[in-house]
Amino acid sequence: MTDRIPAIVAFEDGLVLSGWSCGAHGEAVGEACFNTSMAGYQEVFTDPSYAGQVITMTSPHIGNYGVNGVDMESRGCFATGVIVREMCHEPSNWRSEESLPEFLARNGVVAVEGVDTRRIVRHIREKGAMNVVISTVDLDGDSLVAKAKASPGLVGRDLVSEVAVREPYEWGDPVPGAGLPVDTGVLPATPRYRVVAFDSGIKYNILRNLAEAGCAVRVVPPTTTVDEVLAQEPDGVFLANGPGDPAAVDYLYTTLRGLLGLRPVFGICLGHQMLSLAAGAGTYKLKFGHRGGNQPVMNLRNGRVEITSQNHGFCVDFSSIGPLDVARSQGLEHDPGDLGAWVRSGVAPVVTSDAFGPVQLTHVNLNDMTVEGIRLLDVPAFSVQYHPEAAPGPHDAHYLFGEFTRLMDEARASSNPVNVPAKEG
Amino acid sequence: MPRRDDIKKILVIGSGPIVIGQACEFDYSGAQACKVLMNDGYEVVLVNSNPATIMTDPELATRTYVEPITPQFVEKVIAAERPDALLPTLGGQTGLNCAVACAEAGILDAYGVELIGARLDVIKKGEDRQLFAEAMRRIGLEVPRSGYAHSLEEATAVADGLGFPVVIRPSFTLGGAGGGIAYNAEEFRDIVMHGLALSPVTEVLVEESVIGWKEFEMEVMRDRNDNAVIVCSIENFDPMGVHTGDSITVAPAQTLTDREYQMMRDASIAIMREIGVETGGSNVQFAINPDDGRMVVIEMNPRVSRSSALASKATGFPIAKIAARLAVGYTLDEIDNDITRETPACFEPSIDYTVVKVPRWAFEKFRGTDETLTTRMKSVGEAMAIGRTFEEAFGKAMRSLENGRGGLGADGKDSFEEHKFDQFLAVPNESRPFYLAEALRRGRPIDELNEITRIDKWFLGRLAATIEVERSLEGRSLDSLTAEDLYRAKRHGLSDAQIAHLTVSTEASVRAVRKALGVRPTFKSVDTCAAEFAAYTPYYYKTYEDEDEVAVAERPRVMILGAGPNRIGQGIEFDYCCVHASYALHDAGFETVMVNCNPETVSTDYDTSDRLYFEPLTFEDVMDIVDAEKPVGVVVTFGGQTPLKLARALEAAGVPIMGTSPEAIDLAEDRSRFAPILDELGIEYPAAGTASSLDEALAVARRIGFPLLVRPSYVLGGRGMVIAYDEQYLEKYMAEATRISPDHPVLLDRFLEGAVEVDVDAVCDGESVYIGGVMEHIEEAGIHSGDSACSIPPYSLGDDIVARIRKHAVDLALRLGVVGLMNVQFAVKDDQVYVLEVNPRASRTVPFVSKATGVPLAKVAARVMAGEKLAEMSLPPDDRELTRFCVKEAVMPFGRFPGADSVLGPEMKSTGEVMGVAGDFPAAYAKSQLAIDYSLPTGGTAFVSVSDRDKRQIVGVAKHLQLLGFSIMSTKGTARTLRAAGIPVTEVLKRHEGRPNILDEIANGNVQLVINTPFGQETRSDGFHIRSAAIHHGIPNITTLPAAMAVVQAIEAVKEGRLGVCALQDFEGVPTDGADA
Repeated sequence: MTDRIPAIVAFEDGLVLSGWSCGAHGEAVGEACFNTSMAGYQEVFTDPSYAGQVITMTSPHIGNYGVNGVDMESRGCFATGVIVREMCHEPSNWRSEESLPEFLARNGVVAVEGVDTRRIVRHIREKGAMNVVISTVDLDGDSLVAKAKASPGLVGRDLVSEVAVREPYEWGDPVPGAGLPVDTGVLPATPRYRVVAFDSGIKYNILRNLAEAGCAVRVVPPTTTVDEVLAQEPDGVFLANGPGDPAAVDYLYTTLRGLLGLRPVFGICLGHQMLSLAAGAGTYKLKFGHRGGNQPVMNLRNGRVEITSQNHGFCVDFSSIGPLDVARSQGLEHDPGDLGAWVRSGVAPVVTSDAFGPVQLTHVNLNDMTVEGIRLLDVPAFSVQYHPEAAPGPHDAHYLFGEFTRLMDEARASSNPVNVPAKEG
Repeated sequence: MPRRDDIKKILVIGSGPIVIGQACEFDYSGAQACKVLMNDGYEVVLVNSNPATIMTDPELATRTYVEPITPQFVEKVIAAERPDALLPTLGGQTGLNCAVACAEAGILDAYGVELIGARLDVIKKGEDRQLFAEAMRRIGLEVPRSGYAHSLEEATAVADGLGFPVVIRPSFTLGGAGGGIAYNAEEFRDIVMHGLALSPVTEVLVEESVIGWKEFEMEVMRDRNDNAVIVCSIENFDPMGVHTGDSITVAPAQTLTDREYQMMRDASIAIMREIGVETGGSNVQFAINPDDGRMVVIEMNPRVSRSSALASKATGFPIAKIAARLAVGYTLDEIDNDITRETPACFEPSIDYTVVKVPRWAFEKFRGTDETLTTRMKSVGEAMAIGRTFEEAFGKAMRSLENGRGGLGADGKDSFEEHKFDQFLAVPNESRPFYLAEALRRGRPIDELNEITRIDKWFLGRLAATIEVERSLEGRSLDSLTAEDLYRAKRHGLSDAQIAHLTVSTEASVRAVRKALGVRPTFKSVDTCAAEFAAYTPYYYKTYEDEDEVAVAERPRVMILGAGPNRIGQGIEFDYCCVHASYALHDAGFETVMVNCNPETVSTDYDTSDRLYFEPLTFEDVMDIVDAEKPVGVVVTFGGQTPLKLARALEAAGVPIMGTSPEAIDLAEDRSRFAPILDELGIEYPAAGTASSLDEALAVARRIGFPLLVRPSYVLGGRGMVIAYDEQYLEKYMAEATRISPDHPVLLDRFLEGAVEVDVDAVCDGESVYIGGVMEHIEEAGIHSGDSACSIPPYSLGDDIVARIRKHAVDLALRLGVVGLMNVQFAVKDDQVYVLEVNPRASRTVPFVSKATGVPLAKVAARVMAGEKLAEMSLPPDDRELTRFCVKEAVMPFGRFPGADSVLGPEMKSTGEVMGVAGDFPAAYAKSQLAIDYSLPTGGTAFVSVSDRDKRQIVGVAKHLQLLGFSIMSTKGTARTLRAAGIPVTEVLKRHEGRPNILDEIANGNVQLVINTPFGQETRSDGFHIRSAAIHHGIPNITTLPAAMAVVQAIEAVKEGRLGVCALQDFEGVPTDGADA
């Protein structure tokens, strides 16, 4: 046995577990969450939405196939900490370039192995999301529990500004802050659409998917103004995923309000919450979030179920958008908040927002009947809470990128044809 | 969209007898499907020839037909029942093939029966490799390059374009039968010729070799709304080149990045769509080149399969049950997940543990056959283990195999053939994992072992980690181990037995020290969702972690110890008994706790018992569960030898054993103590003796005379059992016997040559005895009872003999103090009844007896063990006249083991059984033969060649055959006898007498029936070659005289068209004769 460095996991409610270090030395505090994906740990750890979070992977063997440059989802590793049952130190895969523990250490991510991860999941499931500290330097449980308690939670915290790019860039050009070349996927030889994507912690695979759908994408900081966006003469605006409490990112949904109706909008994850907030919805924190690659979502518009990749701790309250529009809801008068009733009826209900008119509930999570997608009916905009770009996870919802380009096509057809602007230098 | 209301009655076809490649996983899936369809309000009509299945229990279907799975019989059932639909995807390849045959013969159209679950064209596209390859090309997926051949010339032409090695796959054979990998032209010729002969369409696929690539399987489900989910991914430890049924497999896949995994997921779903599987489950196999990630599709099965059973057990997602509901119109989102209750079945299970399946082989039963693992499946069973890590699960799986090993070596039983060490690594074989472990112990680097074996370095790394832990303990004393040391060892899957070996102590001491240091196991749930939601199904596995999840029980618990992996001598019959015990004890008010490690079984369905522990059946693992559950009783007498072996140790550890005491079990087993009891009861038994050495054996032989039935004590399935006709053979045997079972003496019985053997299964409550059934064997004494056919009621025994047999059984049960089941074997010779053996436990024939008589014997026994009295149960009189004959016949796997002799003897070799039911014995026997071979010859040439002792009686058989229109062909000796009796015979040369000889006649298709009885220990004789040729060419091959007599009567019954069909539910009635034209 090689010498192992002890590490401690301490939750704010007093649960303390011990294990061994398998990443950077040091101490990390964040919100405890768990992810049930059985593959794709690299994509998870490099997803900026995990900023501020300590991720427990439920799959016991992590690191088996190492880490490689192509599977990066951002310029770095944004998870605050990582907890696994069994870390693989000698990976095996033809694409592997580095072991996961080395990668985590190099990126300064504290990680612990050898703990009963299932116990942590059950703990979070029963008690709800809470703060946790993992440490290889302070091995005193009481002291760590105190630190966990003292740490601010995610509610009300704007983590977006911490992970977003500061300067705009074109997808295909070097990504600011990314040391290594980025795998951009297949860039369109002649782009058919120009899209401005707000980077609130955007995953590369969203950009790869947009590019593959024929979009030239300009990635801009979340503080970019309406005028700055319009100056790009985009065909569409994209709102990305991102970390933390959506309610704290008021500047972004305020900007969005100014863009709705002017350009087609597509939002994913935090982007979905931005669209909902812009339409007047409230958001709330789930007890312990949806994080994994096996979440069933019903598309109420066609009755099909998509197995989706998810990563969110906050959720949209559909009924808070406005009163039910019974006529547009096939005459049914279910409570707009009782999503299960709408699923059982196979009807996508519509509520009326003050600012943007009818808003349709398009997608529902079948596990807990929460909102997974909405669409504005009078304005070209739609969004989903889950991750159609996958990475990691299933590709069932890939069609949504096509819906976005269709919206842009329609917008073009209904107004004066817009020339596809040349890529800026 | 809810269920379909336009169909009311559904025909389900089972998979028939247990054979290699098709075992009780189809009982598990079939039983699930029948149950759920009945619950949904459909009428279910079932056809399955296998009486040992839960599926054929009369309450599982509206109408249960234990009939041959052939289009002829299925048509009769359809004509009688007029079902609306046929669900063909739950009965394995057998069920599917029969459904296809029925569809193609126009039977389904004629009766307006709709195929649900899979359409005919879909089945064809999935099964026909050419159509499949075209379909894959259409959706842009690669398959290995290949070509079809219908002759050796065509095959050679294809191979020339591919280069060696090439894979040869015969079309439409079960479990890859007849396939193989050829590394040179000579091997190529042999495999192609054999494959062409076995393929019902004389066709083989010659395919580019992807040997050594990583192998994966995906279990996919799709509903009619086109919702599709992956239930489970499975990665093979053994790379491509070994049949998945013979591979160690791991769930979930461990060495794929998400990109690779999703590529496979997308491909799997695209394949479902392209092939057109509208509803149900399919299994798709992939190979991935480890050097560059190139992915090829190997095959898909548009039906429930062995892997889907494994995936169901591995994830808790009941594929067969859901497939059945999808077939009747439900969609995945309309079906609830049983385990979480709140979430739908339309999701993909996430598992937070590792599952390892290890196959169990039985090569020791088939000496002379090639033991190399290839694309043709050879294993007879499997064990599955669950652990948090691969290491832990692997160790548990290795000690689940019931082969006497404590894990992956390090148990004091390692032995290696040094001069062939690397060959054992390079060429896949049963012992390879042990050689791998040893190679790691000897410090050979992972890279080198990966080069030799092509096994992924990740797996090798995990084994190396275990070996490292093992070495950290080796040579230390048990006292010096810390809690941390033991904890780490347990977390790496080392058993107490292994730790005891490494620290030179005993298993009991290790257990004591471990508990004293607080190193105790925890139990975690299999919940489909990695704990994201609460689980309501107590399906547990053991691991070493912080938190234990065992729910508090409300009622007293009883534990039922299962039978472990299937092997020859211990199969589905014992699982059937365990399941019945569980049902009965649940009804009696207990919380039932099932312990078993066989993923194929009904017992390991989380629906069967109140609690399920998926664990090895070793003392350590069972005691850990006893500690957790504190049962009021443990049932050890239903799961065959596996739990019985533990009875003494469990009792000594203070565990309450239910029913017959271990002391009574021992009493019946111990010759020296049992003989006085027989004397006391005035029951005859063959002269016998025991011996621990050759001298003792010879002394016994001199005292009681040859021939002798010789066997080691404490075995099931007649392992190591022979008939010795002379001292020379006895000498040879004794040398071997001490090696097989050094701790137990050898038993020698006077062998009653030519005696009729009779089996009795009975239940005793200590006060009275219920005779479940008296079974007359067709083959004479000396053939293992598991391998011989038998009939209920007896077809030739007089009432007086039967009465004496019954009385002996009653006396024995009461005298031994049996509480529960008892099986007695009798031999009847010259009007004398001898007791051969008494076993106070469930026997292999319990399910057959239950089906034949309608009395669920195992349930009755379980209730008795729980304290009920037989008198209170209002059972039908056990001596009532039965209105029909039920014949059980054994199914032999010889076709899988070329090179091994097919002659029957005292060592059991069959894998399964079928039952034939009819109003008379010949018709019932005919059905049992049709259920196995699917046809009986009704004319042509019968080759008859018998040993001298059978010569006199063969005359009647030959005459009967002649009357039935057969021409007789014989070798010199038999021909002389037959001619003397006035029977015309064509004489044919024996193999060594020149050409053309009998083998040429068989090869040329000039023989339709072979009757060849051997004498004594002939090996590699003429008889051996004749039997092998018959098996190779698929000709019925009879090796005993009584069977020959029965077969001739059966042929007569077939020719006379006396074979109707009847449902078990009509048991007290008469068979519906006349359905036959």
